Amino acid sequence: MTAPVSSAVAVAITYPHQHLLGIEGLSPAEITLLLDLAESYIALNRRADKKKDLLRGRTLINMFFESSTRTRTSFELAGKRLGADVINMSTSSSSIKKGETLIDTALTLNAMRPDVLVVRHPDSGAVRLLANHVACAIINGGDGSHEHPTQALLDALVIRRHRGRLDGLLVAICGDIMHSRVARSNIHLLTTMGARVRLVAPPTLLPAAIARMGVEVHHDMRSGLEGCDIVMMLRLQTERMQGAFVPSGREYFHFYGLTYDKLAKAKPDALIMHPGPMNRGVEIDSAVADDITRSVILEQVELGVAVRQACLEVLARNLPSLQHNQ
Amino acid sequence: MTVAATFASPDPKAPRPGRVAYINARLIDPESGLDAPGALLTEGRQIADLGPRLFADGVPEGIDVVDCWGHVLSPGLIDMHVHFREPGHEHKETLETGSRSAAAGGVTTVACMPNTDPVIDDVALVHFIERRARETAIVRIHPIAAITRGLKGAELAEMGMLKEAGAVAFSDDGLPVYDTLVMRRALSYSTAFDALVIQHAEDPKLSACGCMNEGETATRLGLPGIPNASEAIVVERDIRLAEITGGRYHVAHISTAEAVAAVREARARGVRVSAEAAPHHFVLNETAVGDYLTFAKMAPPLRSEADRQAIVEGLADGTVEAIATDHAPHDQDSKRLPFAHAANGVVGLETLVPLTLELVHARQLDLRRALAAVTSNPARLLGLDRGVLAKGRPADLTVIDIDRPWCIDAAQFQSKSKNSPFGGRAVRGRALRTVVGGRTVFALGG
Repeated sequence: MTAPVSSAVAVAITYPHQHLLGIEGLSPAEITLLLDLAESYIALNRRADKKKDLLRGRTLINMFFESSTRTRTSFELAGKRLGADVINMSTSSSSIKKGETLIDTALTLNAMRPDVLVVRHPDSGAVRLLANHVACAIINGGDGSHEHPTQALLDALVIRRHRGRLDGLLVAICGDIMHSRVARSNIHLLTTMGARVRLVAPPTLLPAAIARMGVEVHHDMRSGLEGCDIVMMLRLQTERMQGAFVPSGREYFHFYGLTYDKLAKAKPDALIMHPGPMNRGVEIDSAVADDITRSVILEQVELGVAVRQACLEVLARNLPSLQHNQ
Repeated sequence: MTVAATFASPDPKAPRPGRVAYINARLIDPESGLDAPGALLTEGRQIADLGPRLFADGVPEGIDVVDCWGHVLSPGLIDMHVHFREPGHEHKETLETGSRSAAAGGVTTVACMPNTDPVIDDVALVHFIERRARETAIVRIHPIAAITRGLKGAELAEMGMLKEAGAVAFSDDGLPVYDTLVMRRALSYSTAFDALVIQHAEDPKLSACGCMNEGETATRLGLPGIPNASEAIVVERDIRLAEITGGRYHVAHISTAEAVAAVREARARGVRVSAEAAPHHFVLNETAVGDYLTFAKMAPPLRSEADRQAIVEGLADGTVEAIATDHAPHDQDSKRLPFAHAANGVVGLETLVPLTLELVHARQLDLRRALAAVTSNPARLLGLDRGVLAKGRPADLTVIDIDRPWCIDAAQFQSKSKNSPFGGRAVRGRALRTVVGGRTVFALGG
């Protein structure tokens, strides 16, 4: 594992953006800054006293228009451990399908002068739309099938801690690429940082022209996993199987479920990752998921908090100072 | 920048206009091929005379004079595909505001689509459009009636009676006629009245919930895509149906290379097929969607650069006969939504001239063909006695400065809606004067 390099943080560059809406467009230096900063929070989060007061006086609102347990909790903990006041708002997506309500809700919250909004929304681009209408900093907590930047950052952090680098690694992302914002953010991040990315999925779960994003495409899982350093599994949204994307869960598991047999094609020490929640027996065999020598799924969850603390910290640096607000 | 402009007010009881001489004009009549300096005389509502030597010795007393300063004098422009939202959605556009938008864009005749509320699928509603147009509009407005009742794609509307009442064509635009048997019957029945059947060519099952062109841009944005095949499948099917029925089939807002190729091939075989293209489809490609810009969302979607070029080629070789704006006004609330939920459509009347001229200035389309696509060709398709400069024809005219540089500012549009992806675009060419039935309804000042 790499040694934490927090002392080197913020030497050369800063994060110059008001928001974190996606990985696409971030430079390798900006990504490295966020990862290095997150690294410094891991130790803090393992102490009994996890509290800092970096965000004291700041307000963080979690606006979740789609159900979420881990991401919302992770942002809530990140905010609280940095001393911010955190408010959670959940709205069922059905009641905000009409977008005036979406923008009106944002404008209403904006009028209460929060400092950071974390937004998850079922529509691609919805978070960008909100960012056009509010003054505070916005973190994309996942928008439709577009991006989920903090997930990609935490995945990268886990990989870097185990492999010491991202550059030159071979990463397979397997499963429902078409509907996955996690896949898109990971593709942007990994290719930006010099890793090679393979996508493994049936053709019906791959979006058009995906190879143009600088990835290799495989329909056969064994050839796709050949020689991989990292195996990232994605959740198959079982509700979508009725839409004839794949004929059945049984067939899907047969060809695309991660088993020891298929995993044998990857490097012997290949790591197994999954953004959760898992469908055991659909995209991943239970025994593989629980293999503590290979699976880093729970570590992903742990490091998620550190990554979100890092994101909050860099965005807070760009906020107007509290004095100026008075 | 605001440019002073004057508009006539609608007045059905206005006195017959007198005699007006349009001098120092570059007369272009795409139908006859005339392109020469000269003058034109209107008397009342008709063209009385025109030619290179007319008024060579000066204009006699008693005739009003309009100096064209060497600019193009064309037959009044005809846009065969607009949505004026009246009745039912008057907050987006009305026949009055739509007609002002047309006049400001140099357009003297429009054909408006029937997807209003209620749908124009009944003789009484055709009469309603005609009466409201007479009372409130400053350009000529012709209704297109629905192919099927309520646009439901099941039962045919009363095509014969609707045509007698004044419908110039039939379309379920906004929706395709998807049922193959219904489409066959529509094309077959239409031959009894020589009616034009206009198809919004899209396979709704294949388009599913797609909201932009399928491809790299959609994939990056995480938006579900619409493949080219969605249009091509319906166009190719309909060509077979036009062939066995003898019907006159017209593809609205053609957007794909595949559909252009299918139309070209069918026309070569003698099938009665025509097509129109919208300026946004031959000026923009899918990259205009950028970061979820809903002003660049329309149906069919902006396609790839290869498709855009195929449409330009189709216009240049005559496969695509008409340019039509698909003027589709939407209020801000319909567009300020997550991309997938935003309304489809772009206002187009006030940008028709400069966007069409972009192809002319780029030497991809000659001026005569460009003007034919917005005058004589749509007139012939719709069976109108206009779109030509000839003695005895209605005095519908447009004066166009084909080189005038200006910057499009959607806030200045006469249309009630401002949903244009062209705001801020620097363009060349603008309508200076719009004349309908011998009466100037729009003149650009300054």
